[in-house]
Amino acid sequence: MDTSDSEGDSRKSNNKPKYSKFSQQELPACKPRLTPGTVVVAFSLIGVIFILIGLASLSASQEIVELVDRYDADCVPTGDKVGFIQNSETDKICTRTLTVPKHMKSPIHIYYQISGFYQNYRRYVKSRSDKQLRYKNDVHVTKDCHYEANTDDGAPIVPCGLIAWSMFNDTFAISVNKNTIEVNKKDIAWKSDKNNKFGSDIYPSNFQKGSLIGGAKLNESIPLSEQEDLIVWMRTAALPTFRKLYGRIETDIMANDQVTVVIQNNYNTYSFGGSKALVLSTTTWIGGKNNFIGVAYLTLGSLCLFLAMGFIVLYMVKRRTLGDPTYLSWNRDTLDHRY
Amino acid sequence: MKRFVYINDEYQNDYCDNRISNTKYTLLNFLPKNLWEQFRRFMNQYFLLIACLQLWSLITPVNPASTWGPLIFIFAVSATKEAWDDYNRYISDKQVNEMEIWIVKNGARKHIQAQDIRVGNIVWIRENEEVPCDLVLIGTSEPQGICHVETAALDGEIDLKTRVIPSSCVGLDHEQLHKIKGVIECPNPDKDIRRFDANIRLFPPFIDNDICPLTINNTLLQSCYLRNTEWACGVAVYTGNETKLGMSRGVPEPKLTAMDAMIDKLTGAIFLFQIAVVVVLGSAGNIWKDTEARKQWYVKYDDDEPWYQILVIPLRFELLCSIMIPISIKVSLDFVKSLYAKFIEWDEEMYDHETDTPAHAANTAISEDLGQVEYILTDKTGTLTENKMIFRRCCIGGVFYGNESGDALRDVELLNAVANNSPHVIKFLTVMTLCNTVVPIKSPSGAILYKAQSQDEDALVNAASNLHMVLVSKNGSNAEIHFNRRVVQYDILDILEFTSDRKRMSIVVSDCQSGKIFLLSKGADEAIIPCAYSEQRIKTFVDAVDKYAQLGLRTLCLGWRELESDEYLEWSRSFKEANSALIDREWKVAEVCQKLEHSLEILGVSAIEDRLQAGVPETIEILRQSGINFWMLTGDKQSTAIQIALLCNLISSEPKGQLLHINGRTEDEVARSLERVLLTTRITTSEPKDLAFVVDGWALEIILSHYNEAFTELAVLSKTAICCRVTPSQKAQLVKLLKSCDYRTLAIGDGGNDVRMIQQADIGVGISGREGLQAARAADYSIGKFRFLKRLILVHGRYSYNRTAFLSQYSFYKSLLICFIQILFSFLSGIAGTSLFNSVSLMAYNVFYTSIPVLTAVLDKDLSEKTVMQNPEILLYCQAGRLLNPSTFAGWFGRSLYHAIVVFVITIHAYANEKSEMEELSMVALSGSILLQAFVVTLEMNSFTFVQLLAIWGNFVAFYVINFLISIIPSAGMYTIMFRLCRQPTYWVTLLLISGVGMGPILALKYFRYTYKPSAINILQKAERSGGPMYTLVNLESQLRSDVENTNISISTTPVKNKNSVYEPLLTESPIISTRRSLVSSSFDIFQPAQSRTTSSYPRNIKAN
Repeated sequence: MDTSDSEGDSRKSNNKPKYSKFSQQELPACKPRLTPGTVVVAFSLIGVIFILIGLASLSASQEIVELVDRYDADCVPTGDKVGFIQNSETDKICTRTLTVPKHMKSPIHIYYQISGFYQNYRRYVKSRSDKQLRYKNDVHVTKDCHYEANTDDGAPIVPCGLIAWSMFNDTFAISVNKNTIEVNKKDIAWKSDKNNKFGSDIYPSNFQKGSLIGGAKLNESIPLSEQEDLIVWMRTAALPTFRKLYGRIETDIMANDQVTVVIQNNYNTYSFGGSKALVLSTTTWIGGKNNFIGVAYLTLGSLCLFLAMGFIVLYMVKRRTLGDPTYLSWNRDTLDHRY
Repeated sequence: MKRFVYINDEYQNDYCDNRISNTKYTLLNFLPKNLWEQFRRFMNQYFLLIACLQLWSLITPVNPASTWGPLIFIFAVSATKEAWDDYNRYISDKQVNEMEIWIVKNGARKHIQAQDIRVGNIVWIRENEEVPCDLVLIGTSEPQGICHVETAALDGEIDLKTRVIPSSCVGLDHEQLHKIKGVIECPNPDKDIRRFDANIRLFPPFIDNDICPLTINNTLLQSCYLRNTEWACGVAVYTGNETKLGMSRGVPEPKLTAMDAMIDKLTGAIFLFQIAVVVVLGSAGNIWKDTEARKQWYVKYDDDEPWYQILVIPLRFELLCSIMIPISIKVSLDFVKSLYAKFIEWDEEMYDHETDTPAHAANTAISEDLGQVEYILTDKTGTLTENKMIFRRCCIGGVFYGNESGDALRDVELLNAVANNSPHVIKFLTVMTLCNTVVPIKSPSGAILYKAQSQDEDALVNAASNLHMVLVSKNGSNAEIHFNRRVVQYDILDILEFTSDRKRMSIVVSDCQSGKIFLLSKGADEAIIPCAYSEQRIKTFVDAVDKYAQLGLRTLCLGWRELESDEYLEWSRSFKEANSALIDREWKVAEVCQKLEHSLEILGVSAIEDRLQAGVPETIEILRQSGINFWMLTGDKQSTAIQIALLCNLISSEPKGQLLHINGRTEDEVARSLERVLLTTRITTSEPKDLAFVVDGWALEIILSHYNEAFTELAVLSKTAICCRVTPSQKAQLVKLLKSCDYRTLAIGDGGNDVRMIQQADIGVGISGREGLQAARAADYSIGKFRFLKRLILVHGRYSYNRTAFLSQYSFYKSLLICFIQILFSFLSGIAGTSLFNSVSLMAYNVFYTSIPVLTAVLDKDLSEKTVMQNPEILLYCQAGRLLNPSTFAGWFGRSLYHAIVVFVITIHAYANEKSEMEELSMVALSGSILLQAFVVTLEMNSFTFVQLLAIWGNFVAFYVINFLISIIPSAGMYTIMFRLCRQPTYWVTLLLISGVGMGPILALKYFRYTYKPSAINILQKAERSGGPMYTLVNLESQLRSDVENTNISISTTPVKNKNSVYEPLLTESPIISTRRSLVSSSFDIFQPAQSRTTSSYPRNIKAN
């Protein structure tokens, strides 16, 4: 303690603030510096790493064999498409033939792809009752569905709501080189959904019995937890173009094999101008075919390298002493005035 | 407007009882009243509206709990705080109210609770007891009829004050005091604790039916303590909340910082933006619904809908966008502001060892303003100086003492003169000893202590006692003096009190031995010397005053006159009359006093030294370097003021500086003088000269009432001013004048005369000094010494400003980010107002994930304290509002838009097709946003302690932990999602991509600016962190000069010179330093709202270019 005021200290310093590094704002702190060196190294490193990741993702994506067949236009007669699709009497069978360009290893995923369909539309996406789907005692809880909730005489529709009501109902029968192949429709839905979101003791009732038929009908003897197509459909998509898993093919398909698909073209995308497509795809670690990630990484990586180079050049051309206070405006002024 | 108090009357009057209530609420009205108060704020109304709208399930995008939860939490927190404060007030009230008090009832003494005292009761108080209500003193234990009180709780002054019983009550014994009857005529309750203009008339049989005047000296006010007096008794005149203390209680108007105003403005702008978004997207949504959605059969739109359907989509967007105004910003700001205040109070370097006072922040909400101060108005005595008065020199009868040694008390000549009973010296010492309001107190050890209200009087009495003229006791009308072992008794007949208008005090005494009556006067030279009798040669005294003033000493002139008893008696009558006046008493008394104070024999001049406080010149130097202008406002005389100003670097002597005098006695003279000074100032701004003007109170009065505009121009042009002989109200007027020119003002002072200016200023700082705590109590901040001011402003003010600037803009940034993502998503979801994120995420995002890390910005330091002290110019960034303004805000706005696009575009492309599952996609976007937040906070902070690192990255970890937990709950809307995502390589690759694209360009841009277009802050950062030798600053003194030159250049040349892109968007501030005071501010006015308020059209000083 300072000797000069030791007298004062010993007598009264009760109000003296207690010292701590926090209260004095003196906590040890690291202050990173943006030196040309660190920045150039950081950008080069990021650039290299990103290019590597980009190459990896791109190759993974390129490995995937994907067949996309848009069939909505070809599977209806020209003219009154909507009328055709809404007519329950007409024969809607449509046969498509695809050639496999490369060897497809099993499992091969079969997706249906719809575009222009707004599963995320506010009125639509909210029209479901999770309680009803899960608990037997709550089959009457249809309030959340708002539409397609109850039949005219007040009985609850199970499952209620617009989502279930508008379920996709095209079917695909696939044969390779004229040999029918079984499409595995088991386990296409998430296990967690089957186990915990859809009840195993709840059976469809009053479904699609109204005046207006939406999409698929459900077998009333199968519990909801086993209605995998429904479960898949009810995992609503976030974007207006989406693919949903239809099934899997458990055998390999060789290059140049002819895949024939017999489609029951039931689902109406014509009234809103949407498209439908069938997708056969293999998978790798990045999932389905998606070049976006790879390309984005490559672009960003090379941009980083480019920036790093730029910074080096800039550094060479326009040297600056770090933290030279003569650059401070007020000091500069003084200097200017002096000379 | 009078009240008549009948002493000891049985009849119950209608005045309120003595129950004190400081509480704001009662148990019953707490909830409604508190809610009402909270809802008077616009922000709260807004949030309530949003929360109510959310109850309509058709439009709410998310669970109403996501708004109600935080809203109720915030309300509960502030309500609890209010309730707790109020409860504490109730408890302390209760204690006071239930205090046991003796009163007289029906002729007998009785014990009652303090709250049951009624007006007219006679209350008895014993030594060291608190006075329960405002009393008129009628009896004390002291035979002379005086008592001593400590008024610290009332006015903060720690000295003892003497209270006397009115003359008509003198000599009453116990018995009589029990039976006394009478009437006190007094004004209605007011809050003036220095005035009590009343009369007392006792009823027979007590003495004659005579009116006796009462002043504040006859009262015992509530909350004072009785000291050194065995007992006292008085009549209750004001009770309960109607006492002087109760009336002066009141909540001061909350001060709003410039920053708060700016944040409010930005909030308003965001609100307008939000409305625009709602209108545009709402109508677009309705159009899409009517054209497109009706084709989407699965949506099942009916053909006829209720009318309100047209409102549904706009309202949904209103709710989606409601988080644009972050609900957390108020709470965050309150939290960090109270922490800033704590940092000030905890600061060891602002702790004053000598008086054992730490700094105190009474107002916790205005720390940022400290960093934006442009003008400091400072008192002189006690603020710049120590207010430790020491008698140094004197001039008695034309002889100078103490000139050689600098200490008159050691001057042999003077000691000899005292020993030889030189009549001049004896008279001089007598005036020194008697003409004051000092109270001598005998300590048990026999030593005599003096309790004085004025430090000058204390110095004089002490000096006199060192010269063997000792004031031994003073009991009301009797004073005893020991001089050279002789005892002299005086009767004190009248005291002609000191007022700031009269600038002198006098006392009428009669020598008990000879019976002669004397008038003893002391006061300022211009108040005493004109009263000299006509033959006296006053030149020596005038010279002495000048000489002492030039040495920076405080001078007092002492004079006396022997009075004829006839003259005195006649005067005494009119004095008594004036004193019992109820209207204009002060003025009438002053007039009567003047009748007596003439033909004085000037005895001499005393010179008292008031040393500068340690560190004052350095502090002023540094603060002036930082671009703060100083005005010194003092009641002292011009020459002393100038001297002190020179000593403490406020002005420079010729030829570096120039001092311009504005003086004159008449309106014309003053006008001419002002004109001349203004002209000189205008011309001289081109020269590198330290210009200052001096004006005295008299001229200032004329100027403020007649030449306000010219003076305002002068005030704006001149950086330094000295105003001497100014009254408290003039001080406040000057503050107001500068405020009206839209400058941030800080007033610092220590005495009661500074209170008004302290309250008027944007920031009031009090020195908890020797003149009591009055100023410190009224102030927003109180510090022990003037030198702490530089730390308060440069360190605490600056850091607070920087931190709040970051924190507030960041709060908007993160809210806008999430809103923009929602808006972008709405374009892909039929513009129907679907929320991409679920309720839990939205709530946690705003309240938790993004609020916690940024709070650690309170520990951020862009520059070390040392660097700031070495380069005080850097304060300019805060003063000019360079870090928070519409332009920097636009940068943050742009950044949030950019980040929203990055997050959204990458997410929807990476999670396209079979992955485009709503719950997964929303969590990917949310994770991306959170990651970007962490990076943004990291990038914007300048220094990292472990707290910050922990908060930023710990928060990121917490995000996953929380979401894993939520993912376990099936009904939470994201069942198993986080587990699924974390297993997907795509998820991590996407996050990395988002952070790369989001932060890469920002980092590159920041580096580029930091290196090639650095701001002054950047340069200092680099210098500081390169660890090399700290540079030497090139002669900073000439900064002022350069300022002046710049101003000139801007005037003389075209606006070309004025590269005025003050604010540049994104990342850092512009290196081009030109402030909102730029002379040519034409096209940038919209970005400089502070200036748009400016009433004056005077050009401002450019600070540095």
